[in-house]
Amino acid sequence: MLAFLLRRFAFAVVLVFTVSSAALILVRLAPGDYADTVAAPNASREVKDAMRARFGLNRSVAQQYGAWVADAVRLDFGRSMMYGSPVRGLVREGAINTAILAATALVAATLIGLPLGIISGSRRGLLADAIRTVSIVLLSLPPLLSSLVLLAVAAGTGWLPVGDMRSAGGAAWPLFDLLRHLIVPATALALPIAAMFERMQSQAMAEVVGQPYVLAALARGIPRARIVWRDALKPALRPAAAVYGLVVGALLSGSFAVEAVTSWPGLGVLMLDALRARDLYLVAGCAAAGSVFLAIGTIVSDVALVLIDPRAVEAG
Amino acid sequence: MRRLGLSFLVVVFAAAAGAPFLAPHAPDVKFSELLYAPPTLPHVVDDAGAWHAPFIYPWRLADRLEQRFEQNRSTRMPLVWLRGGRIAQSSDEARAPFLLVGADGSGRDVFARLLFGARTSLGLALVAALGATLLGGLVGGAAGYIGGIVDEALMRATDFVLVLPAIYVVLALRAVLPLVLSSGIVFVMLAAIFAVVGAPFVARGVRAIVRSERQLEYAVAARSLGAGHARLLVRHLLPAASGYVVVQLTVLVPAFIVAEATLSYVGLGFQDPIASWGAMLQEASNTRALTDFRWLLSPAAAIFLVVLGLNLVLQQSGVNPVTISSDEPLGRLRSDSHSL
Repeated sequence: MLAFLLRRFAFAVVLVFTVSSAALILVRLAPGDYADTVAAPNASREVKDAMRARFGLNRSVAQQYGAWVADAVRLDFGRSMMYGSPVRGLVREGAINTAILAATALVAATLIGLPLGIISGSRRGLLADAIRTVSIVLLSLPPLLSSLVLLAVAAGTGWLPVGDMRSAGGAAWPLFDLLRHLIVPATALALPIAAMFERMQSQAMAEVVGQPYVLAALARGIPRARIVWRDALKPALRPAAAVYGLVVGALLSGSFAVEAVTSWPGLGVLMLDALRARDLYLVAGCAAAGSVFLAIGTIVSDVALVLIDPRAVEAG
Repeated sequence: MRRLGLSFLVVVFAAAAGAPFLAPHAPDVKFSELLYAPPTLPHVVDDAGAWHAPFIYPWRLADRLEQRFEQNRSTRMPLVWLRGGRIAQSSDEARAPFLLVGADGSGRDVFARLLFGARTSLGLALVAALGATLLGGLVGGAAGYIGGIVDEALMRATDFVLVLPAIYVVLALRAVLPLVLSSGIVFVMLAAIFAVVGAPFVARGVRAIVRSERQLEYAVAARSLGAGHARLLVRHLLPAASGYVVVQLTVLVPAFIVAEATLSYVGLGFQDPIASWGAMLQEASNTRALTDFRWLLSPAAAIFLVVLGLNLVLQQSGVNPVTISSDEPLGRLRSDSHSL
């Protein structure tokens, strides 16, 4: 188990390092730099060069990358060019906001999707069909669309705030205010993922329920509900645990669209702004934070898999 | 369900193909007096209760500040059919155009833009999906056929791309290219980026199929009859993966439609004069659009229709789950040969 964990941890470190390095180098090699994007169109060459010198953009790619790595291993990710403050603080704030959104959505999706999948996978009839139909409809509403629709509902009814994370000028109860703002984006992100969980869990459950040992248990008169919710449940959770690592990727992808639509100040919009301004260090910082989320996701999912099925240790 | 899905797809693709005939206007005609004008729905009964051939009521600007329109109920504008190669137009297009889904912020016909946007969005998704399956098939085929260190290297690389959230990879690749480009170049570039990001999904499955098929008798027979590597791979092994590839195509197309919409929404895809569903959605990104100009959200409905259609088709061709129901305590075993 320890060796297994160490191996997964090593993979995580490689992932974070590669992704943030690739992001930095990619943006550095892209045509145009920060000086081009912010300087006035008619700015002279000297003005731009002075700006480049200030941000260290006049060094060679290798030099700049080397300096960044040397600082990054000491957890100093440089200063953002457009905000003028350390990347670490900016990225931390964006990452926390994205984590609030994504974690809420993940918990909601799990609580809604898995039980419904167990129900629809273990029985036939009207209820199972209804669940399946709703799932297919929701699967066709990716976060970009679901957030637009929910936002339109919120704007039309006036029940919920439209976009942003906190009320302008503060609120009497900050936590309550945050929760009110969270409802639309979190629901928009959770619904398609809940539908995905439902479909997957339904298939896994259906497969397990068709096994001979379930038939044997039924033949002995063990109640159906007990078989479904106890005996068949654990093996049926394997695929769910296996995709949990990949779900973090889906969450981050979806959260990007939701953040853009509902102006939730998360990692996605921060990275978008950074990419557009060619703000090198901020891009690399966002990429690092995103890949940390991914790494955590894969490790958690691997551990969950091992807990459900100890044989997975040898395979991984 | 499958029929329903197919019919959605047929409707949308027919609409895209027949856009110049079905749309009352070109997608870039601007009616400067009708910014954000609501839909002009065809009527057949007037206020007096008399029946007429289909007609519309023209809009009159009631409040320029709020951009609020009122219907001019006193004038009926009959629709004329099949004029100038278009199926339906109003009789006075210059003053009272036929706007089935309203007008956007530049006074352009949203319906026409939806139809022409379908060409851009669906065309891009199809081209990109074909590119992705082609690239993925080649990479996967090579990895599965050659095996050894090539296989190892290619699969590690695809694993790596698969772990990353696809939209960020697309975003990063798009953002490092020049931000302002002509629409033709944007199309080619987005198709290439989507193909590269989508290829690993195809490559993994193709590799597994080629790997196992390579061991089978027919492959060995073809080999011993003197078929070269290229012939064996292209003529004998890759066709075995065709069923899988078709399923992947139907998975990739909706993903790419949504990816285009997302990119254009944040301003890194197609840009304004070009009609694409994503570029149109971008205009719906203000609060007024969500409350007062709801018809600007129609591209979302179009995307939903296509994705739902593809999902319905896919769902039915997928694995039939083995189920037991309470009224059939022993359960009925059903399995499908297509269980990849």
